[in-house]
Amino acid sequence: MSMDDDAFVLGGRSYRSRLIVGTGKYKDFAETRRAIDASGAEMVTVAVRRVNITDPGKENLLEHVPPDKFVILPNTAGCYTAAEAIRTARLAREAGIGNLVKIEVIGDERTLFPDVPATLEAAAVLVKEGFVVLPYVTDDPVACKRLEDLGCAAVMPLAAPIGSGLGIRNPYNLAIIIEQSRVPVIVDAGVGQASDAARALELGCDAVLMNTGIAGARDPIRMAHAMRLAVEAGRASFLAGRIARKLYATASSPIEGMLD
Amino acid sequence: MQNLGLGDYRSVVEVRLNGEPREVVDGATVADLLETIGIGKRRVAVELNREIVTRDAYAMTRIRGGDVIEVVQFVGGG
Repeated sequence: MSMDDDAFVLGGRSYRSRLIVGTGKYKDFAETRRAIDASGAEMVTVAVRRVNITDPGKENLLEHVPPDKFVILPNTAGCYTAAEAIRTARLAREAGIGNLVKIEVIGDERTLFPDVPATLEAAAVLVKEGFVVLPYVTDDPVACKRLEDLGCAAVMPLAAPIGSGLGIRNPYNLAIIIEQSRVPVIVDAGVGQASDAARALELGCDAVLMNTGIAGARDPIRMAHAMRLAVEAGRASFLAGRIARKLYATASSPIEGMLD
Repeated sequence: MQNLGLGDYRSVVEVRLNGEPREVVDGATVADLLETIGIGKRRVAVELNREIVTRDAYAMTRIRGGDVIEVVQFVGGG
């Protein structure tokens, strides 16, 4: 089996990279682009916000992260109701880059956990309108199954709260979600270090999405590189088929031919 | 009211643009407004009174007093 055969298919498109990165919280656009390049990510998330009328700015994010080179995934960050998320998604699509949308409908300001009923409501509407919907959701297998049944293109359970860096807090739930899902499972939010990303892939996730884990690191470019390696290592480890866990030892060296 | 040199007489009206009050020429189009703001080639989406204005309708959609306009773009985010 060729290593190249392990492409990640999402929304009808094939990707070599299983790392999706956000574009927020960087020092400037140049650093944003360097980090994305170091990460090897082919898809990046962006937010939808008002143009600053008094100072529209000479530069624009998409000049540094052009849509002909990267797949742009608009999010509905900042939305607290299904109606706001639906409105934001429609505006994002109108900007003319594609049909993809990451829906985030937040239920609580401190944890930034999704409001699951509102997420289901937004997903139902947007799937019907032909969006390729990637929902940010809790690591709740029931919620993930509902979203899959609604026609979402993937499910994106959180590892831990956005920006918390806690890594996978509930690997058991994640394992259940992976086992039951017929759509890609993308761990989104809470990754803090490279081993968190490797762990997600090793559990069997299809991809990982992160922003703060890279942008907030002391050396974002180096961390972006680490994440790239981690995702590749985690995936290879998963595909390679790990050894069983045993209570007692099994020697690695033969008994035959030992001196006595 | 002053003649704005447009060949015909137009008044200035107040609208709300991205949450702030703004004066525009009554009957100016969305295309005119975007040019005034300096949008250029930037990818944006426009909403007029909570309804999306498609790009091919910018030149034909006129703005009136009291209108609420939102012009959004893509920015860094997670």
